[in-house]
Amino acid sequence: MIELFQRSIFEENLALSFFLGMCTYLAVSRRIETAIGVGIALIIVQGISVPLNHLLYAHLLRADALGWLGLPGTDLRFMRLITFIGIVAALVQLLEMLLDRYFPALHRGLGIYLPLLAINCAIIGGSLFMVERQYDLAESAVFGLGSGIGWALAIVTLAALRERLRYADVPRGLEGLGMAFIVTGLIAMGFSAFAGVRAI
Amino acid sequence: MFEHLRTVTDPLVDKNPVTVHILGICSALAVTTSVATALTLSLALIVVLTLAAGIISLIRHHVPSAIRLIVQITIIASLVVVADQLLQAFAYEMSQRLSVFVSLIATNCIVLGRTEAFALQNRPVPSMLDALGNGAGYALVLLVVASIRELFGSGTLLARPVLPLVADGGWYEPMRLMLLAPSAFIILGLLVWAIRSLRPGQQEAREFAPLPQQRQVQP
Repeated sequence: MIELFQRSIFEENLALSFFLGMCTYLAVSRRIETAIGVGIALIIVQGISVPLNHLLYAHLLRADALGWLGLPGTDLRFMRLITFIGIVAALVQLLEMLLDRYFPALHRGLGIYLPLLAINCAIIGGSLFMVERQYDLAESAVFGLGSGIGWALAIVTLAALRERLRYADVPRGLEGLGMAFIVTGLIAMGFSAFAGVRAI
Repeated sequence: MFEHLRTVTDPLVDKNPVTVHILGICSALAVTTSVATALTLSLALIVVLTLAAGIISLIRHHVPSAIRLIVQITIIASLVVVADQLLQAFAYEMSQRLSVFVSLIATNCIVLGRTEAFALQNRPVPSMLDALGNGAGYALVLLVVASIRELFGSGTLLARPVLPLVADGGWYEPMRLMLLAPSAFIILGLLVWAIRSLRPGQQEAREFAPLPQQRQVQP
């Protein structure tokens, strides 16, 4: 379990080894404060949505899952993408309303980033990986949390480096996007150095 | 007619969705370890994008603007599910190699970006042409990155040997790094650099400029 947690943060980092959530990753990594905001919002949404989607998938969509309703032989697996998109969008909306009602200070900080996550590849991708790798409920909770933390770590690192790069004399054509890509490549190499590390 | 041609050719380099607008990189890099996977994903994206733009443009007068995003996402996701099922039915091995990335076309920012920005305001034919052009621009970037990675990473192109490998008695030692994730970022970064050097109009405005060098004055 610890191994899965650590692997989902470093070795199989969603942003750096599966290129998920790149649009958000590059667009909001200009300043470190916003990067931290998005990172925390993503950890929350990912940590809730992966186990939630696992429950739905296991009890409604999987082959023969509707046996308890007296409908044997159903196979709704092809509906998983649409279901996951709907669930994530609804979850983000609900989370926004709950934060607004009970934690207004947190809502002011994170509120503008939550809608961005409704159609983020990292979140949908996390749920799809959960299905593809056949995690059980506990594993999917750990995977959701771990991959969220990994993504947040990657975006905060990139934002910190980009804040420094702003003062650097980079070749004219490489400024901004080009440099962000190359820095991301170097961060990815750094993260892949954790590949062999195992908890004993 | 010339105008329509412009809508198709503009997104290839000058308004390329990937290198200029930073859209749709999410899935773009993961499938570029070989040309075959990149080609399949590009074709799937072009089909989904063109059909989605056409359908959304047809119903644009009947969709209230408050729910337009949900309608668009539903249409796009349904098309993606069809594409995914078709791939699984007729090219099972390829769909296994593409893993979750076909499904992730649904969350690809290019699709939603083009339908939201273009198809909702334009007639079906120009919208589909615009979608085709943007899909082709995306495919172009994917194919360039994939060719470089496959050629130098495993010495082949479309699984045909081009550079004879040391293992097979040739002279080329494959660069394993090219098949790993970091190289994709770096190649794309260099590609952006190359395009922006040729097209200086695309360069980003500087937030800070270095001071001009002061000449050392010898007393």
